[in-house]
Amino acid sequence: MVDEKTVAETVQYVVIQIGSEQYGIDIKYVDNIVRVQRATRVPKVPEYIRGVINLRGEVIPIMNVRLKMNLDDVEDTKNTRIIIVKLEQQGMVGLIVDEVKEVLTVSLEDVDKVSYEKDEKSHFLSGIAKYDNRLISILDLNAVVSEEKDPAKEK
Amino acid sequence: MDVSQYLEVFLDEAREHLQNLNTQIMDLEQDPENMDTINEIFRAAHSFKGMAGTMGYKRMQTLTHDMENVFMKVRDGSLKVQPNMIDILFQCLDALEKYVNNIQETSDEGTEENEDIIKLLNNCLKQEGASAPEASAAPAEEKSAEEAPAAEAASADNGNTDPTQNWRAIKLDDSQQDVLKEAKDQGKNVFGLTIKIQEACILKAARAFLVFKALEELGEILVSNPSAQDIEDEKFEFSFSLIVITESKLEDVIAACKSVSEIETVEGGEADLSNAAAAADTAEAEAPKEEAKEEEKTTAPAPAASTAVTPTGTTAPAPAAGGAKKPAVSKPIVNRTVRVDIEKLDVLMNLVSELIIAKNSLVAASSSEGENNAAFNEQIEYLESTTTSLHESVMKVRMVPIESVVQKFPRMVRDLAKKLDKPMELYMTGEETELDRTVVDEIGDPLMHLIRNAADHGLESAEVRKERGKPATGSIFLDAYQDGNNVVIEVRDDGNGIDVEAVKNKAIERGTITEEQAATMTDKEIIQLLFLPSFSTAKKITDVSGRGVGLDVVKSKIESLSGEVEVKSKLGEGSTWIIRLPLTLAIIQTLMVVVGGEKYAISLGSITTIEDINPNEIKYVQSKEVIHIRGQVIPLIRLNEILDIESTKGPDDNLIVAIVKKGDKLAGLVVDELLGQQEIVIKSLGKFINKSKIISGATILGDGEVALILDANALI
Repeated sequence: MVDEKTVAETVQYVVIQIGSEQYGIDIKYVDNIVRVQRATRVPKVPEYIRGVINLRGEVIPIMNVRLKMNLDDVEDTKNTRIIIVKLEQQGMVGLIVDEVKEVLTVSLEDVDKVSYEKDEKSHFLSGIAKYDNRLISILDLNAVVSEEKDPAKEK
Repeated sequence: MDVSQYLEVFLDEAREHLQNLNTQIMDLEQDPENMDTINEIFRAAHSFKGMAGTMGYKRMQTLTHDMENVFMKVRDGSLKVQPNMIDILFQCLDALEKYVNNIQETSDEGTEENEDIIKLLNNCLKQEGASAPEASAAPAEEKSAEEAPAAEAASADNGNTDPTQNWRAIKLDDSQQDVLKEAKDQGKNVFGLTIKIQEACILKAARAFLVFKALEELGEILVSNPSAQDIEDEKFEFSFSLIVITESKLEDVIAACKSVSEIETVEGGEADLSNAAAAADTAEAEAPKEEAKEEEKTTAPAPAASTAVTPTGTTAPAPAAGGAKKPAVSKPIVNRTVRVDIEKLDVLMNLVSELIIAKNSLVAASSSEGENNAAFNEQIEYLESTTTSLHESVMKVRMVPIESVVQKFPRMVRDLAKKLDKPMELYMTGEETELDRTVVDEIGDPLMHLIRNAADHGLESAEVRKERGKPATGSIFLDAYQDGNNVVIEVRDDGNGIDVEAVKNKAIERGTITEEQAATMTDKEIIQLLFLPSFSTAKKITDVSGRGVGLDVVKSKIESLSGEVEVKSKLGEGSTWIIRLPLTLAIIQTLMVVVGGEKYAISLGSITTIEDINPNEIKYVQSKEVIHIRGQVIPLIRLNEILDIESTKGPDDNLIVAIVKKGDKLAGLVVDELLGQQEIVIKSLGKFINKSKIISGATILGDGEVALILDANALI
């Protein structure tokens, strides 16, 4: 047990760009990253769900993270990607992000829990990772994907 | 002996035997004199005992043994079937079922001795024991003698107890006799052997094979009775006879046989050539008689017997034939089956789904290609028909008749009748109706609930029934039939029906609805209240039903199987519960339609017709759009409105309307365009957006695009 602590545990994050900010997604949830494809609209679902796509024979719902975060929607560009994440409860869900930057390996020690600043955006965060001189917000996928309305918005 | 590997087989067979016994004893209650039923019960009890013994379940063995004893007496006529005996027998079966359940859970039979039941059984025996002391001594032999009088005649020559089971009865043809003579001349020994395998043995054929193998090391097996092939196929009771030519001594030969485990006795002796020859003579003399008998036998309900008759050649199919026939007669011909793990079938089904998607892509690719290649198209069409039949046969493999579920109900109703002290009868039709295995496994409990409900709440007591001019015995009907892509199961009773007023008062009392609400509700809506959790109208709670769990569970269970429940009831005349279940769960035939530029699939099973409607024909009833076709008023549902999308059609264009049906309700779905029929694989939308009821799933089209499946039932 003592040994384990001395070995620095690391986490890998897929760094994505949404709007002006960069976010990290724990790589263990990421199943796949695909280019944007035409989605089939599903009626009677919240606006942030763009629809469903066919990923190798499976039907997967995709959501527009921008809309979920109350940001303005933008046109897809050649950099726009869908990150397919696999969650225990909801199964596979695709997240539309502006750009996928890189994969970073961060020591667990450099990841801090968010305990301050409970504003609109931090609702979706589970922590902040320090890497060189950068700060990367770690997305709380369950909060992003959950169907609940943004609590900050309801206030 | 390690029997754990047989545990699964044992449990399966034990359940089959139990079910069989249940059914037979029910029959026996109706017709206590029926010898066929009695024999069948005896056989089932006997094999049950054997199985339990082999597996080392002593208590189970004791109980079945006593049951068997009772039936032995019943069979030879020294004991009459009494109504109280039937009750005891059912208690027996319940106790056995408990053992089986225990074994399934803990692989141990438990410690319940069921002494009282055994005592009761023995009391049954004592009742008649004095009057017929030894009559039960040899019923088995008697029976076989009845079945094969010719064989008995032959046995007189040999003066032996059971002709078919002794080597002395083996008849030799000319060539075999020559071989035998030659062997004798060479100074070799010729022995006849009769080997009896323990009755508890599970793999008789394997034991017999080991005996053959042991003997072949010592010498040559000239002939066996039954034939080697029949022995391999287990077409023999517990003993078989052989003639071997060997240089070893008799003791060695017998010892070799006994070295095989689970062999009970080995009897042997020098085969006397003259005796064999004499026997052969008799056989030849009897041959015409045998042939005549054989012709009779071919009309008997055991065609397999004729194939089992040709062991020793043409001249002497004499008593040997009788011996081979006996097991064939006692066992009804059973379909050849293979038990397959349902998971393997699921994998197969998924692969078929993939194949169908790939096929759909090919079809899409071939139609989009500009130049028309006739040969290519032909092959595509061929592929299409093959995949469709492949899918159908895989579906059929998964289909099982609902019989396995419903056959326990007659017994249940009988017990209910006693418990509730209401005479009632269950009539079932359509037990052979088939459903997907997964559905059949789940449907048992809801049906049981409904039948219990009918028995407890539905049917009136005998006195009330008489007052109302109904027959004292109440009737419950269970009818199953296929209706298009659905299977319908109806549970109907001729009892009191649902008292809508009572339900309404109860609902108000419970605060489920207010009085104002109640006043505006239709009878149908009030009956629907019954499906709410914790709603029971029984005035007193019985242990049969009325604990408030029931109908809501039934409803949610059926809905989880993508089915639905409906009630029709008439006060004083009875009620009908209608369960509608989809035939298949994974792949369906659909009509592809376009609404506002988007493709949707509608199950073909729910579509009755497609109509072309002029906008002028639309009428308004309560400010809702309806159309009037062939004497029916059908409400219109504009899909583009429901799906929140702009229709591509102008207001003056003719409407394309797909008329869909749910039960006896109709509705017209207005679509923009029809694409045609397509076989699709249903994919779940996932839990994430499993919100909208009108979308029952999605499918992947030939071009890789996703199309949603509209649930017409939810729209109506």
